[in-house]
Amino acid sequence: MNLLRYIIVGFIFGIVLTKAEAVSWYRIYEMFQFQSFHMYGIITVAILTGLVGIQIIKRKQLKDIDGNPIVIQDKEKGNMRYWIGGILFGLGWAMVGACPGPIFILLGAGFWSVGLVLFGAVFGTFLYGLVKDKLPH
Amino acid sequence: MEFISQTWHWAISGFLIGMVMLILNYFGKVFGMSSNLRSLCAMTGIGKKVPFFDWDWKSQRWNLAVVAGAMIGGFVAVHFMSDASNVTLNPKTVEQLATLNIEAPNGKLLPESVFGTAALQSPKIIFILLLGGVLIGFGSRYAGGCTSGHAISGLSNLQLPSLKAVIGFFIGGLLMAHFILPLIF
Repeated sequence: MNLLRYIIVGFIFGIVLTKAEAVSWYRIYEMFQFQSFHMYGIITVAILTGLVGIQIIKRKQLKDIDGNPIVIQDKEKGNMRYWIGGILFGLGWAMVGACPGPIFILLGAGFWSVGLVLFGAVFGTFLYGLVKDKLPH
Repeated sequence: MEFISQTWHWAISGFLIGMVMLILNYFGKVFGMSSNLRSLCAMTGIGKKVPFFDWDWKSQRWNLAVVAGAMIGGFVAVHFMSDASNVTLNPKTVEQLATLNIEAPNGKLLPESVFGTAALQSPKIIFILLLGGVLIGFGSRYAGGCTSGHAISGLSNLQLPSLKAVIGFFIGGLLMAHFILPLIF
């Protein structure tokens, strides 16, 4: 498996998220206060770009780089997991002003205190794995 | 060169993020950052005790490579592509932050009063950063994805479960930003 192409895509992703300031604690705070369109604009345009691209992929039945049909699996059906999990995630997102992508990007940029957030996030993932079967999904 | 160092317009940024997702689709993968947290757990070998982590994380090495690239990208963008004009907030936001004792950005991505070395002397700040992380990790795995997996990948593929998750993200985020943050800061 050639990992270089993934490193390059990640590199672009890291630069774009930083230059868009989507990794900024301040921008997330401002977004949740509805005091700027910036973050909403980023998310909306990203979704619209993806939407058009996926429609093209599906209608033209495009193949991936290895020549296999591109299949994007549907998300599992469910209710509780999306509502409860979503709300818990949102609480954390606004609390530290970062989601998983930005956590890694900020750490790479040298904001060492974000390491605490990453440690918490790995531990939270572990906790979920531990109690998963007892939770409604 | 100004284009490089100033804040990138939301339309350009959003388009490029959408393209990153589509390129990963072209590589036969699905864009989602939080599953790397599961890989990090699985790498420790904890899968022997907790079945959820007994999975083939090596098949997800590509995603860890995306993370490695993103970290390098963050380093380059912060150290070589930024200037003092960055993070220009709504003046109202700056005023509001002052009442929480959080300083104006002045070009910085993160507030010193939350992420600075001095702030880490405070047990309260350490607790906030850890607990926020736990909520992010637990919530994203419970919901099966985060901002990238649900908001971008899921919504652009018209997935109803992702819409539920994203509405949840905003319910939680708004509760935190409007009712809980003013209490804890």
